[in-house]
Amino acid sequence: MDKIPILKMGEFLLVTIQVDLYDRLALALENDLINMVSKTEARGVLIDISAVSIVDSFMGRILGNIASMSKIMDAETVVVGMQPAVAITLVELGLTLTGVYTALDVEKGMELLRSKIGYLPLDEENLYDDLN
Amino acid sequence: MMTLTKEKLTILREPDVIFFRNKAKEYAVKIGMSLVGQTKLITAASELVRNMLRYANGGEAILEIVVRNNIKGVRLTFADKGPGIKDVKQAMQDGFSTGKSLGLGLPGAKRLSNEFDLKSEVGKGTTVTIIRWKNGL
Repeated sequence: MDKIPILKMGEFLLVTIQVDLYDRLALALENDLINMVSKTEARGVLIDISAVSIVDSFMGRILGNIASMSKIMDAETVVVGMQPAVAITLVELGLTLTGVYTALDVEKGMELLRSKIGYLPLDEENLYDDLN
Repeated sequence: MMTLTKEKLTILREPDVIFFRNKAKEYAVKIGMSLVGQTKLITAASELVRNMLRYANGGEAILEIVVRNNIKGVRLTFADKGPGIKDVKQAMQDGFSTGKSLGLGLPGAKRLSNEFDLKSEVGKGTTVTIIRWKNGL
């Protein structure tokens, strides 16, 4: 069966979704990620969806689930690289991804994760809160 | 309305969904639909195909390129022989679901389409037809 690889980078887990997901694959990713968070004691999860051309309500729900579950496991989740057409479609579909942090690219996502787990001095942290 | 190209696919398993989405995208690209238009079309298609799999164990999906008043569009028809929808008005409301989903599938697919038609008969099945025009907003 297909599998989405999860990479460990320091305190973070990095997932790059290169294929369009079908439901079972998305569910498997959700499961694998949460297990990895627990096993590696990761503090952050970064999901790169720049190669994903479609996010429907199911996929959106999975992203939300991953964020909520990670949060309970003391890890923050950032989704990066959403294509503009996907963002327009998501909002019209009625899905606002409440509770999921987003950033434009992997670099900004990493910065956001670092700030979320308190790597930055206070004033910079406030700056990021304002941006959100 | 005139049909230029027509293709019928049977949807029985989850990977069929991806194949169908790609086909729908191919059709949209063929008529020169914008990227946002394509994305809306395949997202709506994804929702409707999933409904068919989840509630009716699959069905048939028809792809067509249609023309009306000289404007091309992609028409997708999803026909299943499932249990049908008891209360269509309720099913079209945001947040209503008999499954465990978010309840955005049908109303969301309608918002993403230029034209949307749903016919359902309890015990017989459901047919949903959507159109996105090349120049549709």
